[in-house]
Amino acid sequence: MAENTTGYRYYLTLCDGPTCMQKASRTMRETLERELARLHLSDKVRILVSGCLGMCQKGPILIVNPGYAMYGRLTEEAVVRIVEEHLFNNRPVLDFIIDEDHLFNKFYRVFGDVNFFGKQMRIALRNCGVIDPESIDDYLCVRGYEALAKVLSVMTPWEVIAEMKKSGLRGRGGAGFATGVKWELTAREKSDVKYVICNADEGDPGAFMDRSAIEGDPHTVIEGIIIGGYAVGARNGIIYIRAEYPLAIKRLERAIAAARAAGLLGQNILGTAFSFDIEIRLGAGAFVCGEETALMHSIEGHRGMPRPRPPYPSASGLFGKPTLINNVETWANVPVIILDGADWFATLGTKTSKGTKVFALAGRVNNTGLIEVPMGTTIRQIVFDIGGGVPDGRRFKAVQIGGPSGGCLPEQYLDTQIDYESLTQAGAFMGSGGMIVMDETSCMVNIARYFLEFTQDESCGKCTPCREGTKRMLEILTRITEGSGTAEDIVRLERLGALIKRASLCGLGQSAPNAVLSTLRHFREEYEEHIQHKRCRAGVCQAMLSYAITDACTGCGACRKACPVNAISGTQKTLHVIDQKACIKCNNCFVTCKFEAITKS
Amino acid sequence: MSDVKTCACCGEVSEEQLLLQLDDVLAQNRSKEGALIPVLQIAQTMFGYLPKAALKKIALTLGKPYSEVAGVVGFYSFFSTMPRGKHLVRVCLGTACYVRGGKQVLESFRKHLGIDVGQTTEDRMFSLEVARCFGACGLAPAVMIDDDIHQRVKAARVGEIIDQYRKEKKPAKVKTQKKGGK
Repeated sequence: MAENTTGYRYYLTLCDGPTCMQKASRTMRETLERELARLHLSDKVRILVSGCLGMCQKGPILIVNPGYAMYGRLTEEAVVRIVEEHLFNNRPVLDFIIDEDHLFNKFYRVFGDVNFFGKQMRIALRNCGVIDPESIDDYLCVRGYEALAKVLSVMTPWEVIAEMKKSGLRGRGGAGFATGVKWELTAREKSDVKYVICNADEGDPGAFMDRSAIEGDPHTVIEGIIIGGYAVGARNGIIYIRAEYPLAIKRLERAIAAARAAGLLGQNILGTAFSFDIEIRLGAGAFVCGEETALMHSIEGHRGMPRPRPPYPSASGLFGKPTLINNVETWANVPVIILDGADWFATLGTKTSKGTKVFALAGRVNNTGLIEVPMGTTIRQIVFDIGGGVPDGRRFKAVQIGGPSGGCLPEQYLDTQIDYESLTQAGAFMGSGGMIVMDETSCMVNIARYFLEFTQDESCGKCTPCREGTKRMLEILTRITEGSGTAEDIVRLERLGALIKRASLCGLGQSAPNAVLSTLRHFREEYEEHIQHKRCRAGVCQAMLSYAITDACTGCGACRKACPVNAISGTQKTLHVIDQKACIKCNNCFVTCKFEAITKS
Repeated sequence: MSDVKTCACCGEVSEEQLLLQLDDVLAQNRSKEGALIPVLQIAQTMFGYLPKAALKKIALTLGKPYSEVAGVVGFYSFFSTMPRGKHLVRVCLGTACYVRGGKQVLESFRKHLGIDVGQTTEDRMFSLEVARCFGACGLAPAVMIDDDIHQRVKAARVGEIIDQYRKEKKPAKVKTQKKGGK
């Protein structure tokens, strides 16, 4: 990628995404370097580290170029052989090559030639996995900071804002407010000090898009923020990021230092009159701080509690000054729009939602990982084509979109298009982009309870509807999952839910009932089963299960010993029996049995 | 910020000495707007938790009432005013881990350690906490012990994992990734 491309025989790309890294791609790198040195290849092979390649299932991943050999599930032994046979003797090691024609493969093979890669399209993540995120030179080689140079040299701030408005880009943090309008509002304010904030407090469980975007390509985000600062007339930028993401923080610190050294941050950027700098602030573990007013309170050193709007941050934000706040993914889109033009960007996606959206695909799906698709892609394409469907031959049941603020969509909504309006209409929510697939082993009442438990726990306690309302809803749901719900409980849930939505102060409370309301809408029969027949069809709600021992029992006695209430009887090598009256449904026997002889229903 | 973090490692530095070091941190940060949270974060990495003496000193130097500092500490889950165990066990209950059985894993840790979430074992070896997503959803259910991530943890094998830490040996199958500092 970088200028000094001559002299290298091979280029290796080693995936350093969160999943591969945990699967020890660091130790792989050490082995790789040791082996290369042993065969005197160190200066013939360049090792690039990339962000998430999106093939987490097969990690750690190593790509050898030229020739595009993709090696997966690396072990030390595999690395040793790849170096010896492929890099030294030029014979690819077929044993470790991932040969399936996966969409991600397709994307990388054609990268650089065309703009369409199978069903994915990468804009925000365009450089993730392609460049070394710790090298500013790599970023410069893929037209990095060119957008900034263009903005500073030939565009006025108002032209930048006009371009953003024309592009139709909307906030990727969830609510989908028009980005250009937000910029315009902030720019119109007259103030000596203004702030620009990047919201990287990615708190939704099951969402890791912002983390991967920053880890894979921190400079894009930084460039976007600087352009935003120029457009609205701010000199100070702040990136508010979760303390739970140490690698992302490190990459940002390095990228900021490199940009400063290159004259892209600091006084008189690129020799112009524009000065701007960026500071990193760490979150301290409060989900509600993803809400913009709470986030700003947190930066100011207070409890991260939201306040009513208006005034909006554009008028009175951080320290009472006009503040522009956007999410990581929104910022990452900015340089592309400036470089390739708002007209081009506006051709992508649907009528009301332009561009692409990154999703973190997880749960009961074959290919988990990070994907970026054009707006307008259907959920079916994401789950079945890109995600490869549900594993173990099970049946798809629902997909949860938008984290705790979102909702669960059933099978008949699979053809829903991904855009802000369609998702809201279907009862889900774009959110920041968590997408969790569930199969028939997930109980929808239990899932609703889980999300409510989360929002209840994270409710900051400032306004009553959210603080008390979610608590009462949680009590009702707990009652239902424990088998003591009544028919009126469903009505109560619906009434409370509607009330909390209307009366809460911030986005957390206003969307907290979504998980319950959407499951009530699409999976009402499961609630009714729980209440009327005390039955959980997924076999999740412990209180409704009954355990039995089948003929597969070998009479080993392990379950008898594991049972804390001596409900299991039987002698050696004979079929054991569970006393249903004594059983407390602790699940111990089920976990203990090595012969899968215990069933729950 | 990172140069201050590194001094957290050895348990041998006395709290008095750390309080003196805290003075330096405060001197560097006191003029900064909104310095409270960064200072608390640094203090927590230095002490391992936030002792009352440190909080008092921070409140005094930054000119804030103690009640306000305590209020901020109580609000954020990252801060702890109780000393933690030697090993911090964090069971992920993010959605992907939850769907793949994270709750049973947590239950198993509770049973094996004999403590509830937020507590520390009597021998000060383990503290148990719940986490919301490490971004390791592809490896669900995940458990983070200190800086190591354990992937696809089974409830039935939790005992083995704990024993390995009790014996102070790193389990062979742990995929480690050091995150500097702590």
